[in-house]
Amino acid sequence: MSMSEELETITLTEEQAKSRRSRNIAIGLVCGGLVVLFYVMTWVKFGEAMLAKTG
Amino acid sequence: MSVIEDHTPYEEVRISSAMPGDYFALLKPRVMSLVVFTALVGLLVAPGSIDPVLGAVSILCIAIGAGASGALNMWYDADIDAIMSRTASRPIPSGKITRQEALGFGLFLSAFSVITFGLAINWFAAFLLAFTIFYYAVVYSMWLKRATPQNIVIGGAAGAFPPMIGWAAVTGSVSLESVVLFAIIFIWTPPHFWALALFKAEDYKRAAIPMMPNVAGEASTKKQILAYSLVVAPLGVSPWMLGFASIAYGVIAAAFGVAFVWFAYRVFKMDEADRKMLPAKKLFGFSILYLFVLYASLMVEALLPKVTALLGMV
Repeated sequence: MSMSEELETITLTEEQAKSRRSRNIAIGLVCGGLVVLFYVMTWVKFGEAMLAKTG
Repeated sequence: MSVIEDHTPYEEVRISSAMPGDYFALLKPRVMSLVVFTALVGLLVAPGSIDPVLGAVSILCIAIGAGASGALNMWYDADIDAIMSRTASRPIPSGKITRQEALGFGLFLSAFSVITFGLAINWFAAFLLAFTIFYYAVVYSMWLKRATPQNIVIGGAAGAFPPMIGWAAVTGSVSLESVVLFAIIFIWTPPHFWALALFKAEDYKRAAIPMMPNVAGEASTKKQILAYSLVVAPLGVSPWMLGFASIAYGVIAAAFGVAFVWFAYRVFKMDEADRKMLPAKKLFGFSILYLFVLYASLMVEALLPKVTALLGMV
């Protein structure tokens, strides 16, 4: 198969594209939320000790 | 660049059309809301205190763990869910999500919730959460549900653990009080579910699930509903008798307990020929209200001193 030959790919239907986009947004939001959650959690659990060490 | 010559025909390639809401539905949000509520009560009633952020993390982990066990249940029960009218529109039988996707989702969320709970709060509470997920997914869904009419009696423990987990998140242990919170839900579950099983008996029969009315008959189920209600009513009052709830709670729990027994008695006296089964439907509805009122009362009592203290500071 030559590189110039066009690969046959799957074309998503409108519904599939829409659901994929929604899933991507949801995963992005969840990942962002987890970053914030773990950041806050770390400060709550270890913040005082960290400040005492550096201060 | 390599090209796989042995193509899979495109017709056989499945491209998901599942929306985020379908994945959320896998978590059984209604069950999850009850779990969140009872776990929150356990957390608030427990002696001692927990940082509000860590308290919220605890509830989040318990909610995700409960959701994970719901997804695992739907993965295992997809075949019978497709048969029953109550469950036919769930994401797997309706074709929105595959069983494999639900399994992966459930396992990932189980591990995530337990590990996060352990790292952020304490490993004893995390162990209880892991055990609850295992109990619901394996002991209840895989083993008991299709094997014995005592399925929801023994399996009911899975739904009763959340207040105990909430309690353990604060104290790192279990105690008599948390066992009582567990026992109320545990004993409440059979009359609650059997009331549903009475008017959904045809559904369960089609799916070949050995619920009590299908195995022991309606008369025996009604007797057992009444017997359990006679146990749950005094058990509901026990937080006051044991001293971790006020007399106001005791009065509310006693009044609702009497009403519970009354509704169960109406089911007991329900005519065999009555296919509408209104008393059973009423008991099912009331049982939800009963549990909500008892736990909400405990929550209010636990919150009142904290709110008063806060207002005093202002």
